[in-house]
Amino acid sequence: MVGLLAVWFVVSYLLGIVFVEPLNHFHLGGFPLGFWFAQQGSIYVFIILTLVYAVAMDRIDRRHGVESDSAPGHSHRSSETPE
Amino acid sequence: MSIQGWTYLLVGITFAVYIGIAIWSRVGTTSGFYVAGRGIPPLANGMATAADWMSAASFISMAGLISFMGYTGTIYLMGWTGGYVLLALLLAPYLRKYGRYTIPEFVGDRYYSQTARVIAVFCAIFVSFTYVAGQMRGVGVVFSRFLEVDVTVGVLIGVGIVFFYAVVGGMRGITYTQVAQFCVLIVAYLIPAIAISWKMTGWAIPQIGFGSTLIEGQYAGLALLETLDTIHRDLGLPEYTGAWVGGKKSMVDVLAITMALMVGTAGLPHVLIRFYTVPNASAARWSAMWALIFIGLLYTTAPAVSAFARVNMIETLHEKSYTDAPQWFKSWEGTGLIVFNDRNGDGVIQYSGNPDTNELTVDRDIMVLANPEIAKLPAWVVALVAAGGLAAALSTAAGLLLVISASVSHDLLKSVMWKDMPQNIELRMARIAAAFAVVVAGILGIYPPGFVAQVVAFAFGLAAASFFPILLLGIFDKRTSKEGAIAGMLIGIGFTTAYIIWFRFVDPTATADRWLFGISPEGIGTIGMVLNFIVAITVSRFTPPPPLVVQIMIEDIRSPSGNRDS
Repeated sequence: MVGLLAVWFVVSYLLGIVFVEPLNHFHLGGFPLGFWFAQQGSIYVFIILTLVYAVAMDRIDRRHGVESDSAPGHSHRSSETPE
Repeated sequence: MSIQGWTYLLVGITFAVYIGIAIWSRVGTTSGFYVAGRGIPPLANGMATAADWMSAASFISMAGLISFMGYTGTIYLMGWTGGYVLLALLLAPYLRKYGRYTIPEFVGDRYYSQTARVIAVFCAIFVSFTYVAGQMRGVGVVFSRFLEVDVTVGVLIGVGIVFFYAVVGGMRGITYTQVAQFCVLIVAYLIPAIAISWKMTGWAIPQIGFGSTLIEGQYAGLALLETLDTIHRDLGLPEYTGAWVGGKKSMVDVLAITMALMVGTAGLPHVLIRFYTVPNASAARWSAMWALIFIGLLYTTAPAVSAFARVNMIETLHEKSYTDAPQWFKSWEGTGLIVFNDRNGDGVIQYSGNPDTNELTVDRDIMVLANPEIAKLPAWVVALVAAGGLAAALSTAAGLLLVISASVSHDLLKSVMWKDMPQNIELRMARIAAAFAVVVAGILGIYPPGFVAQVVAFAFGLAAASFFPILLLGIFDKRTSKEGAIAGMLIGIGFTTAYIIWFRFVDPTATADRWLFGISPEGIGTIGMVLNFIVAITVSRFTPPPPLVVQIMIEDIRSPSGNRDS
């Protein structure tokens, strides 16, 4: 989790803001690189981070023998007791 | 068929669908009303969260704002998406595991204190009302422009619809209406974006077209972003992709605002409460991921739309004769959102970065709504955008109203005044509170306080400075005591409120040199959050630790095992 948060911080605050000007000297297609990270790349990275976390935590849950009734992407009804 | 005819048709169909869903999913229990019986699948919750989150501001205003801000628009793009990483990793699964119905309820239990709960309730209500006023206003603007009814009538129709499905359907009705609203709003956003990208760059994917070469108009053959930089330089404006060039926000301010928006997102009650509607912690993590994918779809398209709209607008209007101005220009002029002031009397529109020679003022809010017309797309696309704007505003309004309703009926009436209130009475109270909140929201939409735009920054600042630190410490620091939490919240809220009121109302002309560390009121929630953390942790070290039951409860929500719902 700490690793994922580090990536979150580096991509958004360092690549997208603090080092945006130096990165803009490089180009990705028609984008200045820093500008691309700020307005596109960071959002893609955020999505990947939440995906990696959801997969990794489901794996940990299973290792602890927790019944995970929410297989990724599958809809299901609640298994809990009604309130 | 005319634009107006199409708009009546599409808005009519979508509203009929929302009402149909509300009747189909009506609820009869408090669990159904507050958390949709916790039976929402992650994918559906992802869509509902995306619609809940993407408000009139995201749909109508954001691309327009970025269009005028260039690089600095990044604060919204990263600020309003990055918070979902924090939600998914740090808050949502744990709060879901703890269960219960509201965020103030968690605060009250974790900090074994009614005082903490009541402070949290007032924050939740304040933040939600601030936000909902803007949504109702958005509904009114769309109605008045596209259906040519009075803004008041527009707001009343919006109030009527939300009243129906929020009061009848509760969280379950809201959730499934939000799923439908997400579909409407994303289609309405993407179709014109794709059409414009295709037309201007030959790429059907706006995210790629954004970084490629223009194929039509006077700049054909040139890269889009480079062209924008050139146009801006020629008009005497700071370069579009430039970050710290003259006239833009400073780095420290961009850092602070981005942080405040991210952390504020993760602390907004109407977003957090969505994660209570899924069956378990794993489903909460997956719904955060789905939500971010669905939000990302709009948020990665928006900056492309901004750039296309910017080129289009300048190309269509700058140095063009007023009498030849296109039809859309005339219709928006009627709403007062475009103003042409012919300073040199030559009958030609001159757009410039110099306030003394500039003759064209365009309201940021109309860029998305006017874009399909500017790009000469067919009438039904324009109508679809109107329906999408309404979907975005109504879905967010409904989510906020539910937070207000639950705060009043569950956190104030039930927990403070009448502890053993029977379920059927609590449900009726929740409905009355929702109805009351809808009416207040409508009044705020019809008679908007002049400072709506300013107070929205306040909503984020407050959420960042109050909820986020207290929830995070509540989950990850067993030592944080009730005294620490209350002191932290009060200092965070007090500081942020005082700073914003001072620089918005007492000294509104202040510039960066008078701001604390050069941070504008929009970003000050970041400092409020840091203060909250420092005070909460320090005070906790000098006060008695939380009782054993609370410590056991914290260990329990952090261990991977089943739910605590009883």
